[in-house]
This record gives sequence, structure tokens and C-alpha cells, in this order.
Amino acid sequence: MKLSVDLRAAIALVGSVLKYLTVAFVLPAGVAVYYGETVVPFVTAAVVSFVVGVGLETVCRGGGDLGGREAFLTVALSWLGVALIGAVPFIVAGEGVLASPMSAVFESMSGITTTGATVVESFDVHSRSVLIWRQLIQWLGGLGILVVATAILSELSVGGAQLMETETQTQNVNKLTPRIEETARIIVRLYVALTVAQTAFLYSLNAVGLAPRMTFYNAVAHAFTSVSTSGFSPEPRSIEAFAPVVQWAMIPGMLVGATSFILIYYVTHGDTARLRRSEEFRFYGVVLSVFAVTATALLVLDGAHATVEESLRHGVFNVVSMLTTTGYASTDFNAWSSAGKHLLFVCMFFGGMAGSTTCSIKMVRWLVVAKAFRRDLFKAVHPDAVRPVRLSGSVVDEDTVRDTYAFVLVSLVFFFGFTVFVAVDSARAAVSLDEFEAMSAAAATFFNIGPAFGDAGPMNSYAGFPETTKLGMVVMMWVGRIEIIPILVLLTPTYWRR
Amino acid sequence: MKILIVGAGQVGTDIASSLGENHEITVVDEDAERVEEVTYNIDALAVEGDGTSMEVLREAGVDEADIVIGTTDSDETNLAVCGSAKTAGDPFTVGRVKKRKFLETWEPSPGAFGVDLMVASNVLTAEKIARLVVTPAAHDVDVFSEGTVQMAEFEVGDDSPVAGETVAEADRFDSLTFAAVLRNGDVVIPSGSTRIETGDRVVVIGSPESVHSFAVDVAPSGTPDKDADIVVFGGGEIGEVVASLLQDRGFKPRLVESEGGRARELAEELPETVVMESDATDRDFLERERIGDADIAVSALDSDEKNLLSALIAGRMGVERSIVVTENTEYTELFETVGVDVAVNPRQEVAEEITRLTQKNRTVGLALVGSEQAEVVEVEIDGESVFAGRTIHEADGDLPGGVVVGAVSRGVEFVPPRGGTTIHEGDHVVLFVEAEVHDEVLEKV
Repeated sequence: MKLSVDLRAAIALVGSVLKYLTVAFVLPAGVAVYYGETVVPFVTAAVVSFVVGVGLETVCRGGGDLGGREAFLTVALSWLGVALIGAVPFIVAGEGVLASPMSAVFESMSGITTTGATVVESFDVHSRSVLIWRQLIQWLGGLGILVVATAILSELSVGGAQLMETETQTQNVNKLTPRIEETARIIVRLYVALTVAQTAFLYSLNAVGLAPRMTFYNAVAHAFTSVSTSGFSPEPRSIEAFAPVVQWAMIPGMLVGATSFILIYYVTHGDTARLRRSEEFRFYGVVLSVFAVTATALLVLDGAHATVEESLRHGVFNVVSMLTTTGYASTDFNAWSSAGKHLLFVCMFFGGMAGSTTCSIKMVRWLVVAKAFRRDLFKAVHPDAVRPVRLSGSVVDEDTVRDTYAFVLVSLVFFFGFTVFVAVDSARAAVSLDEFEAMSAAAATFFNIGPAFGDAGPMNSYAGFPETTKLGMVVMMWVGRIEIIPILVLLTPTYWRR
Repeated sequence: MKILIVGAGQVGTDIASSLGENHEITVVDEDAERVEEVTYNIDALAVEGDGTSMEVLREAGVDEADIVIGTTDSDETNLAVCGSAKTAGDPFTVGRVKKRKFLETWEPSPGAFGVDLMVASNVLTAEKIARLVVTPAAHDVDVFSEGTVQMAEFEVGDDSPVAGETVAEADRFDSLTFAAVLRNGDVVIPSGSTRIETGDRVVVIGSPESVHSFAVDVAPSGTPDKDADIVVFGGGEIGEVVASLLQDRGFKPRLVESEGGRARELAEELPETVVMESDATDRDFLERERIGDADIAVSALDSDEKNLLSALIAGRMGVERSIVVTENTEYTELFETVGVDVAVNPRQEVAEEITRLTQKNRTVGLALVGSEQAEVVEVEIDGESVFAGRTIHEADGDLPGGVVVGAVSRGVEFVPPRGGTTIHEGDHVVLFVEAEVHDEVLEKV
């Protein structure tokens, strides 16, 4: 049998990605030097990364051009490869639970997929440099998905990218600029600028004396994981550790990270009208507001927090955090009433806009499904009517509508299937887990949110899950982050055959 | 002027006969029979041959022609005629096209294809239909002075409040002139005491607002508001443009197209229109969609017979007003006799448009009233005109009977014509002129 996939081309590119990953270890190594910690974990990882990267490049030299099929493989393997190499510093540092390879890979995959689910139980045992690597890998994950989603997946018409194109409303080109490289460059610039701005904003709060705990280290660490909507925090109590003003200040960062970067690009170039024109943006705003208001009302009714300001702050903050798939917590929402917890649980199924760093199903898909279903209702009354689904005025073609329905359905099926796996596997390993906890843990990992409820709550960790469940979660975070299809397609025989 | 017309079909012949008296006309056609007909019926020179061949065009005198009009049944031929004529000399070229795509190419860059003036019949027809839809009870609506002035012809039904009133009573609008009453095929120029009777057709000229207000007076029940239910049968180009024009005016029309792919295309093009995929004469469909409840049905299917059928079925189901496209000029009157409210003929629209535009030096607009018993013309006043610097009352004395000053426009401003209104050089005057005094009037004006 002859493979129809140009393995060499695909793997050589993964090699290049890993080779460039080497550069990333400079930051934690620098932090280690600054705080007088050991640089060994990062030097080791850098060497591994470089050797594996260059090795793959060399072995697979001479591959042809990267086509659509190869791109699926490259994307899938890149995330896997980075997750594995990203685990090296944790293992070498050998601090706490992260010394275990399984836990290290879990943490690393959770990082690169911008999930934010952690197995870390006691943060004190970890060096600042290891913790900043944990933050940085999330920032890289966010950047990676932006570039892949806007520049590569859009070419392959998967991952909601077709929908994103219709949102850009440029008539001639379906991307920001015709060339992938140029698109990527614009996105990277914007992403870096937003991160710098967020860092400056957070640190300025410290500088004026409003946020004593928001040190420069913390400002950088949180800018990394808010713009990438990923949610790791070097603080054991997440954002609860900071003053109320910081909690308020973190909200815009998450919101921006969950907004389409293409939209942000246009807005920063003066085209603010585009925000109003974008139906997905309006939908995002409406859904967010409804959940935030409901959560606040519930908290006020439950009397869970002392003041209305607190209820409002925690209601808005945690809804934004869950809905944008960030996974920060401004309070232990695990202690909320059942209604409040379920509300946050439902938020997990939304995600932000297409073309952002968020995960989950995403606003645009729900919007298309809602519109398509409304069309179906109209057609039930008027069977002869021909009515295209429109998004911000542009027609969504029927293939895309069908793909969108399918994606939402498959996502939910995966979620249910994985819930069963988590529940059964925990029972097998005699770990007590109720059904809501199983569901929330499955959703929080598959939809790349991070914290769930119960044992996997925001102030707890995933350390208690059986190793097999953790492995399952590693796979599901991976599958969920790159939007299922690039990995599922690898499992079809036709992908490999001619 | 020397005018060369290529294509002696309906439109070509129409234009030739309207322009023939004052101009030197040559008609070119491939069809020997048509050429013969032209020779017998019209005061024009007829040449037999292919209008796209330079040899034939030379023989027809293209080198000295002032205006060349391409008006065969083929869009491409017409464009080729214009292009060829441009290489031979420097005539003003007029190309008639059906398809909108040529107009879309031409509009942003006039002169494309060697065409100086492009007249798109489908678009003209659709524009006319859209004007008819928004003007209740109107049989004809034409615009003058770039939209400042409208002329409309209304039929006064027996339930119309205007029936039985005198013109003075009905004339409640400052900027409206009653130009004529058509009764039993005769043109009556009304005075204030003329009584309007059921079955009359009234021709009024005025500002668009006043024409619309009068329309509401004539048929208060038929006035379409934004919720009016308008059904367009046939998603061809005319149907599409009608729907899109109505959409632009805030209506939400329904458009019925039988071919699936085309229906989808239309649905994508027309967000405010409900597109249905069905045969326009499918009773089950018509009942299911309650087409009978519609206020107006526009039939723009691909054949006159289908249009008539769909209009009649819709009428029987209860649609109040039907507007039908007829390709065949002979059907226009017949259709109106058997129950269609208004029949619109693309060829007549095009002939009128071309005639009015080629007379452009002085007479800038024209519309035919009744069966060509009268015309409404728009004239730009120059220094030698009987109107120049005089009041309408003074000028009226020098003009024969059978002329009514309908409106005066000064720039984009509408000036209500009163006896004491002084007309200046450069004003546009819209006149209602009976056919027999037409030449005399145009000369003096």
C-alpha cells in the first residue's frame, strides 16, 4: 500500500516547529537566572527540543509541498510534540506532582491547548521559573491556535474558519491578506501588542498602589494567560489572590482574547463600524450579558457574597472566565449554589468568537445553528420557500451550515462519551466522583476551559483523577483544541490511502 | 439629423416612425420582408444586410450618420453595431440591451463597447413596474426632469371617491395638473368644470408627492403600505430587478421561481425578499401560500401566455391588482381587456426611452398616452421659445389648443405651473400635447 500523505513534508514541518520552540526556553531560563534558580530543566528541554526538531527535519528532508492532507497531520502532531517537549522541564525540575511524567504531560498539554486544568496541588514547591514556563506555554498555545486557525485551517475549510471568513466580509480575499505569512505576521504582532498592553495595565495598578500583589512577575504571568484565554495562574487561589480592582481589570483581557482577532485588527485600524456589523460579535455580547446578569442575580438571591458589588464582580468575572474558556476564578465558585454552578457549567459550551484564542463550540456555530433552525421552522410553514442562512449579511453556503450542525452534534457526542469514560474510569479506580463532577470535568477538559466542579474545582486540582483518566483527558484536550476534525480525519482509512 | 437604425423589429420601427418626420432615417435589417415593410410604411431608407458588417454600414451611410442606434433582438449584435459605427465615424451611438450585465459594465465607464448611451429594456421595464406597484390604480407612470416631475395615468373605478367629482373638486393638490381625461378612446382636455366619470382615465402631471397623493385619492384601498403583500411571478431578470427595487423601497415582496438553482441564487441576492421555488400556476402551491391574499401580483415569467395565465389565476384567487409583462406589443391591449390591470411592454418602454433620449437636444423626455393620441414631452426652453421670459398665460395665446403645461422644473426644483408663472431660459417644461398639434407645438416651443 502506498501512502497518499506526504509524511516527510508533514513531519519535517513539525520538526521546524519544535526547533523554533527551543527559543521559548530562553524566557524561563532567564527568570531562573534572575531568581537564582536552576536553569537545568530549561537547558535540557531546549536541547531536547532542538535535537528532536532538527532531527525530524533532517530525517524527513526532501518532502514535497505541504498540501491539505499534510496540514491536518502537521497541526495534530505539532500540538502533540510541543505538549510532550513542554513536559520536559516539569519532569527534569522534579518538583511536587509534576515530577510524574503523566502529570507533567497533563500539565503541558493543558498548557499548550490553553485549557488551564492543573494537577498542581501545592504551588509553594514550584520554582518561579517552572511556574512562568507553565504560563508561557499557554501564551504560545494561544498564539499557535490563532495562526493555525486564521492562516491554515481556513484554507482547509475546517474549524469554523469558513464561518470566520464570512465574518470578515472582505469580498475578494477570504483572509486578512492573501498570503498566509502576512496574515500570520499581522496576528502575531497584534497578539504581542495586546499582551504587552495587558501586562502594562496590570502592572500599572500595582505601580499606583492599588494592587500590591500584582508584581511585575504576576502581571506578565497573567497577561500571558488572559489574552490567550487559557487561565493558568501561579497563584494557588487563582485571581482570588488579588484585590477587587485587579479582578475587574482582568475581565477586559479575557473579553479581548475571546474576540475575533480579525475583528480586532479592523477595529485597531479605525473600522469600528465592523463591530456593530458583526452579528457574531453582537451575539457574543448578548449571550455574555444574559449569563452575567443571571449569575449576578443568583448570587444576590443566594446571599453568597457579602455585598452587591461582590456578587456583581464574581458573577461577571466567573461567567466571563468560563464563557471565554479562560478558567480563572475570582472566588471558589465550587461553593456556589447548585443553580450558580450549573449556570457556569452551561457557559462551558459556548466559547468566544471564531478566530480568537478561545476553545469550545464558539459563538458563531451556535449562531449559525440557531439561524439555520429558525430557517427550518420557516420552511415548515412555507415548504417552497428558498431561504439562505445569512451571517452579517453574507450568505452561508449550505455545506457550511451542514458542517456546523455536524460539528455541534459531534462535539456534544464527544462530550457525553467522554463523561461516561470519566465516570466509569473513576469508578474502576475507586475514586468517588458524582455525575455532575464527571460531566463538568469532561467538559472542562474537552472544551479546554480548565477548572470544573467538585474535586476538579477552581481551587483544587486534577491530581486526584486516575492516571488512565488523565491520559484520556490529555487526548481530549488535544482533540478539542484543534477542533476535532484534523484528528478524526487521521483516523479514516481514506486519509492514508489514495 | 441623420439617424441610422440597425434592426427593424418592433422597437426599430417604432423609433423610425416617431423620429421619421423630422430626421433623415436609414434602417438596416437582415430580413428582407422587414426591410420591405419599412420601405412601404415609413418615410425611411431601408437597407438589407448584416448590421455588424462594415460594408453594409457604409452602404447605409454610417460615415455621415449623427446617431446610430443598435436595436436588433441580440444584445451582442447591438453592441457590435455601436462598436463598428464608432470606428467608421463619430456618431452618437445608442445600444439597446436586454441583459443587465452589459448595463453594469457600461454604467461605471460610459463609452464601453463604443456605446454612448445604453438602454436596458429589462431594467426599464422593471423600473416601470416598480413605479406602477407603488402608485395604486395607475396604468402608466413616467418620470421627467430626473425624477422632479411625474406623469401618471389612472383609471377611475366605480368605487373611486373621485368618480363624479369635477376636476376643480378633485384638484386638491398644489403641484398637480390635470392634463387630460381619456374617455371612450377620445382625449379631452379638461376645464375646471369637467366631471370625472367612472371608467375614465385621468392623466395628471406633477411632483411625485402630489401624484402619489392623488393616487391615494383615486384608489384609497389600493394604496400599498410597507406591509403590502406583493407577489412577483418569475425570477428572470425583470422579476429580480422588480423585487430588488421594491425591497429598496422597504417592501418585502414574495418572488416565485420554478427553477431550483435560480431560486437559490435569487434568495442569496435578495435578502428582504421571500423567494419560493414553485411553478407560478401550481394551484396547490398558490393556495398553500395564500397568494389570493396578495395586494398586487406581478407576472414576469418567460412567456406572455404564462404571464396571462398566472395573472388570471391570481386574480380569481382574489389578488386585487395584476401587472403583467408582455413581449408581444399586440397583446398589450388584449390583456388589459381580458382582466389584467396593467400590461407593460418592454419594447414600448425601450422605444420611448430611445426616442426621448435621441431627441435630447431640445426635447428631453417623452411618454406616449393612450394609443399614441397624445404625448407628454419635456422641453428645455431656449431663447427662441414661445415661453422664454413670458408667463404661461401669455405663451398660451400663441399655442394651439390641445396643449397643457403640466409642470415646470428649474434645476431640481418643482415649479407649480400657474397662468402667472414666468418661465425662464433653461427651465424644463413638461407638456401634454395631442398628436395632431404635436409638430406645430414643438416648433414654437
